[in-house]
Amino acid sequence: MRRSVIPGFGLALGITFLYLGAIVLLPLCALILKASDVGLAQFWGIMSSPRTLSALRVTVTMALAATAFNAVYGLLLAWVLARYEFPGKRLLDALVDVPFALPTAVAGLALTALFSKNGWFGAPLDALGLQVAYTPLGIAIAMAFTSIPFVVRTVQPVIEDLGSDVEEAGRSLGANDFQILWRVIFPAIFPAFLAGCSLSFARSLGEFGAVIFIAGNQPMKTEIVALLTFIRLEEYNYEAAAAIAVVMLLMAFTMLIITNAVQAWHLRYLGRGDA
Amino acid sequence: MMEKPVSERAHTEWRVTPVGAGPVARRVVLGIVTVVTLLFLVAPLALIVSSALSQGVGVFVRSLSDPGTQHAIWLTVITALIAVPMNILFGLAAAWTVTKFVFPGRTLLIALIELPYSISPIVAGVAYLFVYGSQGLFGPVLDYFGLKVMFALPAIVLASMFVTAPFVARELIPLMQVQGTDEEEAAVTLGASGFATFWRVTLPNVRWAMLYGAILCNARVMGEFGAVSVVSGNIRGQTTTLPLQIELLYQDYNVAGAFAAATVLTAVALVTIVIKVVLERIGRETDVPLARPPGH
Repeated sequence: MRRSVIPGFGLALGITFLYLGAIVLLPLCALILKASDVGLAQFWGIMSSPRTLSALRVTVTMALAATAFNAVYGLLLAWVLARYEFPGKRLLDALVDVPFALPTAVAGLALTALFSKNGWFGAPLDALGLQVAYTPLGIAIAMAFTSIPFVVRTVQPVIEDLGSDVEEAGRSLGANDFQILWRVIFPAIFPAFLAGCSLSFARSLGEFGAVIFIAGNQPMKTEIVALLTFIRLEEYNYEAAAAIAVVMLLMAFTMLIITNAVQAWHLRYLGRGDA
Repeated sequence: MMEKPVSERAHTEWRVTPVGAGPVARRVVLGIVTVVTLLFLVAPLALIVSSALSQGVGVFVRSLSDPGTQHAIWLTVITALIAVPMNILFGLAAAWTVTKFVFPGRTLLIALIELPYSISPIVAGVAYLFVYGSQGLFGPVLDYFGLKVMFALPAIVLASMFVTAPFVARELIPLMQVQGTDEEEAAVTLGASGFATFWRVTLPNVRWAMLYGAILCNARVMGEFGAVSVVSGNIRGQTTTLPLQIELLYQDYNVAGAFAAATVLTAVALVTIVIKVVLERIGRETDVPLARPPGH
């Protein structure tokens, strides 16, 4: 360590370690310890049961669907906020934060009421024969709502920082709007876009509050992994709860590694742009 | 690499029409975004207010003064009053550690600080059960001394601290990294004590970012559902925080009551967003830009 004249390293590091250790690491270690007690055969039995597999499939598929929606809408929203001036822009910018500020239980309640059979959106959709509440589609909508700011807030500053020179160079070389968009702008924002999408996907995998209101929570149909973990706990089936929770933890770590790799790439990309 | 302060960003002066600035493209893109935003972000907010008041102000007020809801509000406020200051303390210590000093393992420490962001609240709740529950690591010891952590206020506070641990730190770290250590080094060289340096030099430089992190942290603590629903045990009138009370009322088919409780949390969310906008403006004007890290 390089000697610093600033004091307080020991104290600050101590508080940081104590807090992280007691609040974050201790519970995670306890969970892993508990899951390691389960035994490989039993673990395999829990994870390969039809109900667990169905919950995993529903969660991953709907998280992908939600991320796909957020990729398109989030990109457009970021573009509008970064490139256009229009009345109400400040309000739109503030609205993007609603899903993060609004508690997930409140979001879940509101979305369920919107999409239930006699709700504002549910009634006309029902007349068209489309049911959203209590179906997998409802799960995807709840996941998309809670994770939309990830894409917007990752991409927006990158579009804002995009200089005009590359675009003008492209234009002077005779490229049309679509070519500039595809060949110049999109490559520049792609790493940030990918990072935003993976954050959105990771959040969707673990979402609980918003989803359980709208999902209907039917085993084998609209049950997500987070809810199954919760149910196993209520049944005092601690082994199963620990096993499923550890798998969710592994999925989170995998997404964390992917997101970090993408973000490192994104920063290198920015670094090269600055040089 | 740090985000550049707004003032240093390249001023873009267009000599040709930028992509998407044509009248047709602009109208189409703006139109799509407006419609989807109205349907997707505005409608839920409008529905909460309209549902809460749909049976008249009388029912709304009576729902809010229901003893269960009153207790839930009180429990939620107490939880925030403990968890948020703890997180501010941790955020300051963590940011001070990783931005004012260079030491091996620094990057790993930053990753650890941000870890709770990526973990599902349900997993956090389950993990706490295996520490303090009767099946957990400390369960037998706690039972022996007659201490109750699980299914009581301590567990609710601990789980809330887990899910919001990075909030303040994450706002402070990028900002303090930009500010560097020159001012602190000058203060110490001139004979200021460590505490005086922190109080007179560092804290004034980061106070808005700290407040910003604390406000976001508060909103999340008050709204946390997944982690708290596991560790609170959901005992009616005892361990139900406001978000849990919403679910209880909803399950009892008391939709008006659920929406009345939801308006309280919606109000907290809207106030949070307003304060965020104000703090961002202050940050721009004082040229100490608030960090805009991805995703919260």
